[in-house]
Amino acid sequence: MNVIPIRSSSEIRLTVNGRPVTLEVRPEALLLDVLRDRLQLKGARRSCDMQVCGACTVLVDGAPVSACTYLAVEADGREVLTVEGLADGDRLDPLQEAFIEHGAVQCGFCTAGMLLTAKALLAEEPSPSPARVAEYLRGNLCRCTGYRKILDAILACAAPGGGTR
Amino acid sequence: MRPFAYASPRTADEIIALLTPGSAGADGASRPLAGGTDLLTLMKADVATPSRLVDIKRAGLPKGIEETPPGLVVGGLTTLAQIETHPAVRARYPALAEATAVAATAQLRNVATVAGNLLQRPRCWYFRNPRIACWLKGGDHCPARDGENQLHAILGGGPCHAVHPSDVAPALVALDADARLRGPGGERTVPVEGLFAAPEGGRRRETLVGSDELLLALRLPPADGSRSTYLKSMDRKVWAFALAGVAARLRLDGRRVAEARIVLGGVAPVPWRAHEAERALEGAEAGPAAWDRAANAALTGAAPLRHNAYKLPLARALVRRALESLAT
Repeated sequence: MNVIPIRSSSEIRLTVNGRPVTLEVRPEALLLDVLRDRLQLKGARRSCDMQVCGACTVLVDGAPVSACTYLAVEADGREVLTVEGLADGDRLDPLQEAFIEHGAVQCGFCTAGMLLTAKALLAEEPSPSPARVAEYLRGNLCRCTGYRKILDAILACAAPGGGTR
Repeated sequence: MRPFAYASPRTADEIIALLTPGSAGADGASRPLAGGTDLLTLMKADVATPSRLVDIKRAGLPKGIEETPPGLVVGGLTTLAQIETHPAVRARYPALAEATAVAATAQLRNVATVAGNLLQRPRCWYFRNPRIACWLKGGDHCPARDGENQLHAILGGGPCHAVHPSDVAPALVALDADARLRGPGGERTVPVEGLFAAPEGGRRRETLVGSDELLLALRLPPADGSRSTYLKSMDRKVWAFALAGVAARLRLDGRRVAEARIVLGGVAPVPWRAHEAERALEGAEAGPAAWDRAANAALTGAAPLRHNAYKLPLARALVRRALESLAT
């Protein structure tokens, strides 16, 4: 059997918002801290720190994950999208436009996670029903808006033909 | 989180070597890392303190769902999200699809694996508090017994009174699934029910899976005309563990119950197979009278603690409702 390398730090190569990034990280480094403190991407936020609130949501290979409880080494070879990567230059993502238009932002603490979770849902299911959107967003808490305007904004970006479930 | 070393082997043998106490390169404090949604939470709370994590996701272990007509094989590394959305699971094994869909959040289900779900540790607040040396963590008594025990076991409790938190485990037991394990001595296959045993004596864990064994895959037998469902009662509708859950499976022959499985979650240290309820159902005519008898029989032997007697009527109602939904 080969000797298996046991590491106390590793080089990881990942793509963050479309840009290749190479970093040396310790095994216990969390993706959230690497994004915020090493890459200065402050959009994902630490709130509950236990995978309940969704404020730290980022997309890893297109799927929403809680970056607060995700090891940075696990992102090796993967694509990470944070809210900073949603806009195309100065052109906001349609979801961001819709959040502004519908007044879906109050304090803004949950917004990055909401946008990314919604982005993943619409990529997977372009025409979700209102109930499906509410169900998918269960892991994203908002203490200001009462969710109505957030749901409206997301549904405004859904392709026509969503069910009414 | 405390520092730890990290290894990402490329083969199952290498993983097992690193997990086997006393073997070359192992140190007895290695833990396998799959999705990490439970393990990392325990480590952040300083309840689990492994010196090394062995990532098991880059070694080609089974991941995903393979249709093996008339059955189904679910790789241990399959995420809950993959199971929840799989057409064959939804069509033929609804109890499993429903149990995965009501677990946690989308963010967690995208990462959490089915093997990790089965092997997750209890959510008991005494167990999860690093300052409390409860019996399960090597202490000499269970503080929940005479303490804040509203979320604790009503069946099979003692010396540990924590409940098994998994929704998926009762569903797999009700579906008569088998588990394929691999350890230093090779592979073995056991019923999923046989993975679990209430902690006792020197074994202060809820599972009979060795610390150097990998849960490779789950095999679901043909659904064979069975109907199944999983119902769960929670404090809130999101990211909550079951106050009580029930996985039920019925095979009807006309109006007669030919086969029944009733497995309770959230009420015992292990997924609780309600044998008495199954006996009350098998051969009985489908209908409210049989459902009532089964619901009462399911709680045979229940011994609630000071603050959790509410779980009895809750579990009974879930059993009744599950059976009603399967027979209509």
